[in-house]
Amino acid sequence: MTTVERRSVAAGRESAPPRPLWHTVLVRPETMTLVLLVVAVFAASALSPYFLDLSYILRSFTLSAEFAIVALVLTMIIIAGEIDLSPAANMALSACLFAYAQAAGVPMPLAILIGLGAGVLMGVLNGLMVIGLQLPSIIVTIGTMIFYRGVAQVIAGDKSIRVPDWFIGINNVFIVGVPVPVVVFIVLSIVLGLVLGVTVFGRQIYQIGTNEIAARHAGIRSRRIKMILFILIGFVSAAAGLMTASRLGSVRYDLGLGGELQMVLMAMLGGTYIFGGRGTILGTFLAAWLLVIVSTGMTVANLLPATQLTVLGILLIVSIIATNAIYSRAQR
Amino acid sequence: MTTIRSILGRREAGIFVMIVLFAIAVGIAKPQFLTLNSLRIVLLLVPLILIGAMGQMLVILARHVDLSIGSVLGFSAMVTGMMFRYHPEIWWPLGFLLSVGIGAGLGLLNGVLVTVFRLPAIIVTLGTLNLYRGLTYIVSDARQIDRQYVPSALKAMSQTSPIFGIPWIIFISFAVVFATWWFLMHTRLGRQIYALGSNPVAAPLRGIDVTGVTLLVFTISGALSGLAGILYASRWGFVNPSNTGAGFEFQVIAAVVIGGVSINGGVGTVLGTFFGVILLGCVAAALPLLGIAGTTQNAIYGAVIIVALLIDRTVRRQGVKSLARARA
Repeated sequence: MTTVERRSVAAGRESAPPRPLWHTVLVRPETMTLVLLVVAVFAASALSPYFLDLSYILRSFTLSAEFAIVALVLTMIIIAGEIDLSPAANMALSACLFAYAQAAGVPMPLAILIGLGAGVLMGVLNGLMVIGLQLPSIIVTIGTMIFYRGVAQVIAGDKSIRVPDWFIGINNVFIVGVPVPVVVFIVLSIVLGLVLGVTVFGRQIYQIGTNEIAARHAGIRSRRIKMILFILIGFVSAAAGLMTASRLGSVRYDLGLGGELQMVLMAMLGGTYIFGGRGTILGTFLAAWLLVIVSTGMTVANLLPATQLTVLGILLIVSIIATNAIYSRAQR
Repeated sequence: MTTIRSILGRREAGIFVMIVLFAIAVGIAKPQFLTLNSLRIVLLLVPLILIGAMGQMLVILARHVDLSIGSVLGFSAMVTGMMFRYHPEIWWPLGFLLSVGIGAGLGLLNGVLVTVFRLPAIIVTLGTLNLYRGLTYIVSDARQIDRQYVPSALKAMSQTSPIFGIPWIIFISFAVVFATWWFLMHTRLGRQIYALGSNPVAAPLRGIDVTGVTLLVFTISGALSGLAGILYASRWGFVNPSNTGAGFEFQVIAAVVIGGVSINGGVGTVLGTFFGVILLGCVAAALPLLGIAGTTQNAIYGAVIIVALLIDRTVRRQGVKSLARARA
């Protein structure tokens, strides 16, 4: 599927005249995201004056900050030509293990380590199957998505496990007026944006996604880089799971249920090319804000959660179509 | 000797042996598992999964995947249930037409997005999974279709039997299995699905209408999910906007891959998928008997998918090796 796509894209590339600068700058998926973001802010503030209040938006952002954090790493994985649908289940299982351990009397720091370690292990397991055994990441991570959440259900049952009071409320801790999850998101965006944009490691990720065989011939250790990405997303998912536990005050096996849709949606809305090789952290960063404005707007407009699901599903499909269209235009 | 070896060498034989071993193992622990009654329980658990698995198998054979089937099931069951609620005077078998038709339409939409816009099926159907589920809430106003609205003749299909005490619903699912087998083995289109999945690049060169075949498999998958939708109403007697069909795709994909259908397309048989469904049904029937909580089911489905992937890989590599040996 992927190879066919790439070939047909490559066919139209032969005699490209140099493009004007404005074209290069403006015809980019991130521009589309930015325009949509501005439109969304205007539309939302027409809906309710609260949207002009920055602290209200920041508060709303904490509701999906965990997914947004994972979406940043997911962006890198998609750019490298793979995908991971299991992070939301990973969040649930790490959080359940953490909560279960501390409820069983394990000291807090150790319980947190257990949670984070479990996340890393889950990333390693995905990576081993995708890279070591060369199985398609799409289907492997569907399998592990079901498996991880299933194990979480075995551990926690249908009950919810409380976490200690002092652990609750990371979303109510502020640094310079900004809630901690948002700070984490912004800092991680800057770090990963720099890694992807200006380091050799980052550029190699793009090369792997564009043409893995060529990248390997050029001496890029693609397997190692992909493994690092899978371990990274495992760790970040676990951290996001713990943050969710802290925000909610208790852990159930259905923590973050359906989060994979939001994560993939953030990456796609931000202009990450689903077939790999293109995309930026900036795009995902903007898309995360866009999504928060849209979902908060829908909540303010009293739309049922189910209706919001419909809108998110449509957004996902429209955003891939639009991104593909922009990239195939840029090819000409 | 050669016949025996050719039978034993097939993937389906392996799954069949697994079913037998599993049944014996459970039977030793709990002898009541090896009775006709538990066969009945297994057979009543599987019809919906069986029907869904036939559609999903076609999609996977063509090297795609359809994650949206659970929501297609829910949506078509809901619309059909609403027809029963608001127009109880309508001849009830028309519900089948409506449910299958809606399912086919939703499946066709998946297919159009995959072919016309050249998008990966997994992302498209992840989107439509949520889209169709949301639509189910919207059309139903988040209200359930209660028992009294489902026609009793429809509910009776899951209880009454034309022959041998086997309910209609099981005959219907077996008919779907037989039709799928015939379609795949004895029609040109069926063979073209295998050809497309085995080598998507070569398929158009051999004159196969790739777009048409892809649209077809998604439409069939949707239509069969629609059929499973009305049978859900028959089997359980209600339709709920959030529960009906939720997680259906996991059970079905697990059954298909454990049945030996390769996720890389082009490899897999109806018999294998059938055994895969039966094995999952046996597991589901044995769990409560063994006193294992229902909460472990999802972990088992996930583990089954992963193990089946590993087996698939081993089999494929052995195939490549034996090919190389034959050439040498």
